[in-house]
Formats: sequence, C-alpha cells, structure tokens
Amino acid sequence: MTCQDYKDSMMAYLDNELDGAQKQAFEAHLASCPKCTQELEEFKKLKQITDSVELAEPEDRVWQQYWGGVYNRVERGIGWVVFSVAGILLLIYGGFTAIENVITDPGVGLLLKVGLLALLAGLAILFVSVVRERIFFWSKDRYKDIRR
Amino acid sequence: MASLCEKDATVTWDSCQSPRQAFEVIVNRHMKDAYFIALGLVGNREDALELSQEAFFRAYKNLDRLNDKEKFFPWFYQILRNLCFSHLRKRKVRRAYELEASDGESGTGDSTPYPRSASGSDSFDPETVAERNESKDRVWKAISRLDEKHREVIVLRHFRNLSYDEMAKVLFCNRGTVTSRLYYARKRLKEILDRESGSADADSSVLEPRKGGQK
Repeated sequence: MTCQDYKDSMMAYLDNELDGAQKQAFEAHLASCPKCTQELEEFKKLKQITDSVELAEPEDRVWQQYWGGVYNRVERGIGWVVFSVAGILLLIYGGFTAIENVITDPGVGLLLKVGLLALLAGLAILFVSVVRERIFFWSKDRYKDIRR
Repeated sequence: MASLCEKDATVTWDSCQSPRQAFEVIVNRHMKDAYFIALGLVGNREDALELSQEAFFRAYKNLDRLNDKEKFFPWFYQILRNLCFSHLRKRKVRRAYELEASDGESGTGDSTPYPRSASGSDSFDPETVAERNESKDRVWKAISRLDEKHREVIVLRHFRNLSYDEMAKVLFCNRGTVTSRLYYARKRLKEILDRESGSADADSSVLEPRKGGQK
C-alpha cells in the first residue's frame, strides 16, 4: 500500500474511528514513513484548533420559543391556503355577478355585452388549455411516484 | 448524538395522538442539531434560526413523502442543507451587487478586520464563535472559505461530533467518501490557514502547537 492509500486511514485514526487491527496497521505504516508521520502531526494540530472553535449557545428563550416559530409557519401556511381559496372563490362569484348584471342590463350596448362574453370565452379556453397541458405532463412524468 | 440517525423510532410517531404532536416531539429533539448545523453552514445566528425553522416547516409539509419515519433526520438534513446552500448562493449574488454598487459610488479602502469583500468568503459573523480569540477567528473565517461539500463535513464532524457512519447516513454516501471528503476538507482548511498566517504574520501561525487544548 502507498501513502495515498493510507490517507483515509489517517483521518479515521485522527478521529478515533479505526478498529484495533486497522489502527495497528496504520501505526506500523507510520513507524516506517516519516512523511505520513509529519502529515499526521499537522492534521492533529489542525484538529486541535478546529475543535477549540465552539459555536455560541443562544439564549434559553430561543429553544423555548423554537417550536412556536415552526408552528407559526405551519399555521400561516394553512392560513394562506384558506385565504387564497376564499379569495379566488369570491373573485369568481363577484366577477360572474358583475358580468350577469352587465349582460342583463338593457341600458348597456350590445357591443360591450358581446365583447364581455368573448373575453369570458377566451379566458375559459385558456384555463382549459393550461389544465389539460398540466394533466398531460403530470401523467407522463416518470418520476412522479418516486419517493425517498 | 450517538443515535441521531436512528432515534426517530415509531415510538414517537405511534405514541402521539396526532402527527402534529409527534412532529413537535421530533422538532424538540432535533432543533439544536438543526440550528447549529445551519449556523456552521451559513455563519449567522438570525439566518440559522430562520433557515432551520423553515426546514422543519418544509419537512412537515412533505412528511407524507417520507416512507420510513425512522429515517427522519437524514431526510430532514437534505432539506436543511439545500435551504442553507441556496440561501448562501443568493447572499453571494446580493453581496456582489451591493459591492458593485458601492464601488461605483465610492472608492475602495476597507480597513475592517473582516473585509466586506472577503474574496470568496461567505462573510461569517465572528460573534458566532464562543470565547473568541484571534486564532479561533481565523479558523472560523477559514471555514467560511471552504466550498460547500468540504464545509459541511467539517461542520458535522467538529461542531456536531457526528461519527463517520452517521455522516455517511446524512450525506447519503459511503464511509469511504466521508473519510476522503474529510481529508480534502482538512487539507484545504490547512492551506487557507497557512496562507493567511503567512501573509499576516509568519510567526503567529494558527497551527503552531498549543499548550493545553480547550476541549
């Protein structure tokens, strides 16, 4: 085995992750290889100084309020879904009522009524087209059933 | 920490009355790991708190995609790391724009100890480190200059003390990849520190032997 082959063992040796036999084999290599011995010494110093860096513990209230922060997001997520659905429904209802009023109003000109109906028809065609496209791509998606 | 990847046994999921309750137990169990890992990856307390909570929220939303509930943490870790790295990329782009704008307005000349440009660094907040001193600040800054894959193994190993097997589980790779990644991460860290101490002060190398380790 070459020194390059021992580089992984060096890390595991440094982190105390070798079993007895592996440790012995690596120590035997060290005894005959000053280059690896020196590299190991340098890594030991690096590990020592890196281990000395500790991240500051936040105040206790951060942990006490942690779940609250996560739950707020969950709650807000539900809130946004309900709000969006209700908003869309109200918009659709309001829109239809307004259009109905315009269509049934004898004072409104025929051209405006036809224009409005054409606008609605165009919107409906666009909506159906997008939905159909989505369904088509979803049914062809090879990865849709893949879960971790 | 020893059972980070295996502890979310069905005991939690089955013994709680609702998935929300079970999730609360899981969050309380892993919040420190999530927060400190995020802190090690992004280097800023506010962002770490925000990102780790967001990761839990996304995990809750997608909980039905996780078939084996016992493997919650490795799955959750992927969400967390992706969020952190995508946050870092956005921050880098934003900072580049800000620098461009400020360089256009005024001349250069920054004498702060933590340069705002920090060539390639993610500008970690030095206040994040407990009991600071010059050498710890240098190491922390050097970690911020590692690339994502190298930084993450250093964070998992040194700040959360994960074993190689645990690291292999959360990184979805084998033990050999973990050791190899750690080797190159440490080598790169050493290069950065050597270069920095060489340019700052040849006599004050961070890697000089220290008397009485702090850990």
